[in-house]
Amino acid sequence: MEIDPFIFRLSIFILSIFIGYYVVWSVTPSLHTPLMSVTNAISSVIIVGAIIAALAGESENIFDSANIFGFLAIILAAVNIFGGFLVTQRMLAMYKKKRKDKK
Amino acid sequence: MISANLLAIFYLISGVLFILALRGLSSPETSRQGNLFGIIGMAIAIGVTIISVGSFSTGFIYLLILLLVGGSIGAFIAFKIPMTAMPELVAGFHSLVGLAAVFVAISAFLNPEVFKLGSPGNIKIASLIEMSLGASIGAITFTGSVIAFLKLRGLMSGSPITFFGQHYLNLILGLIVVGLIFYLCKTQVNNWFWILIIISFLLGVLLIIPIGGADMPVVISMLNSYSGWAAAGIGFTLENTALIITGALVGSSGAILSYIMCKGMNRSFFNVILGGWGATDQTSSKKSGEQKPVKSGNADDAAFLMKNASSVIIVPGYGMAVAQAQHALREMVDALKKNGVKVTYAIHPVAGRMPGHMNVLLAEANVPYDEVFELEEINNDFANCDVAYVIGANDVTNPVAKTDPQSPIYGMPVLDVEKSKSVLFVKRSLSPGYAGIDNDLFYRDNTLMLFADAKKMTEDIIKSL
Repeated sequence: MEIDPFIFRLSIFILSIFIGYYVVWSVTPSLHTPLMSVTNAISSVIIVGAIIAALAGESENIFDSANIFGFLAIILAAVNIFGGFLVTQRMLAMYKKKRKDKK
Repeated sequence: MISANLLAIFYLISGVLFILALRGLSSPETSRQGNLFGIIGMAIAIGVTIISVGSFSTGFIYLLILLLVGGSIGAFIAFKIPMTAMPELVAGFHSLVGLAAVFVAISAFLNPEVFKLGSPGNIKIASLIEMSLGASIGAITFTGSVIAFLKLRGLMSGSPITFFGQHYLNLILGLIVVGLIFYLCKTQVNNWFWILIIISFLLGVLLIIPIGGADMPVVISMLNSYSGWAAAGIGFTLENTALIITGALVGSSGAILSYIMCKGMNRSFFNVILGGWGATDQTSSKKSGEQKPVKSGNADDAAFLMKNASSVIIVPGYGMAVAQAQHALREMVDALKKNGVKVTYAIHPVAGRMPGHMNVLLAEANVPYDEVFELEEINNDFANCDVAYVIGANDVTNPVAKTDPQSPIYGMPVLDVEKSKSVLFVKRSLSPGYAGIDNDLFYRDNTLMLFADAKKMTEDIIKSL
């Protein structure tokens, strides 16, 4: 009997939870805020669903209700992607070691 | 066009890059590179998706415009936001992920052919369950995050809103959600899907309103986790590896952060989620009504004490963020260092309104991160330190947590501030902290209270140094 592809996806999912568990425990507590903003940014990869929803199946009318929701989701996810990564970048740039030269 | 297999491999690559992005955060040196990996992963995912859809007509132009509009809004916010507003920014961003998940689920529901899930009214059962779960969790994340945002921003009172039968109502609504998903799968009637989303929106609001301001670190982490599970649900529907991996990563990340925050308060997750600290135990706070002697001082006293100390530990809390005192604090520390005083910072896991809140603020004020220590690393040093400078923290320094089993915060890990030779406690009044209990530290012989705004007092101390 053939294995349902769902099982493969479930395996990826479960293993990723474990990866996430070990990776996140190794994050230093002082970087917990950037951790939140970067996880927020990467979870916006949901934009791939939005792009498919918005573009695919555009046969005659691209402002079909299903497509509209796709476009709306694109905007929301785009705000998140740019905002999330840039604000993380901005925060991380502030973390500096002790300066040896100055003062 | 691009073959389905190749597409899947690219999604896998972005999934791996996202893992590396989180891995990079294990130390500040590697973190910037990690963030770059994340950006590359995202670019790959978006790029191959556009290629796979393969239509470069009007729709594509709209897509670019929307990306540009959304992107500029996001970039604008990212550059303008003050660091003290990070908690509400993150809450706001979570709400967007939640809403995006709801929208994607809706369009998959309305137009299942596009995602190869069957036809309207005859969607595959597994897909239907996955998208309903994604939509429901997404909707809870959305409204929950909006409430968290309003509370953190101060647009809504931070105090818990509770009413009779609240938890039962939530329980019933939760059961209705499960029932609706079941019913939806059986009947495939559109209306159940809409009702499901509406009830989930309502549930999100009800879940977050009973939770008070200082419990926000747990709430934000929890919503972070939810946004991940919502993304994973949608990932299963769309059969997309990148989304599944990311959803699992974010989901477990948020869950771990909630766990760390709960442990920092010695409370169970359910205790926080069910809201209202001290709602059950008011007895120990009532009895300490009588006036006890308090020593208070001014900036000159504080400056004198610290100048003649050989080591000082700074204990920042949410009050520092409110007063925006981090820059003044750094200047004060610079002045002390010039006098040969050794200065370090001690951070409690739940100081502030989100995990790592204080660390970001200190980093913003150019405090080198190797002078900043976590509770376990520094707690033994208080015994050998001359002055502890408590600025805007309260409950996390209360020795009652170690001594009085009656106290609602008994068992919570606290910073052993009272062990240092003298304690300078910057606070506006003697009012109790979030837990609603008196801080024993105020009345100790070695404590000198500095009644003032955190920033103003710190600036005054700089002047007298």
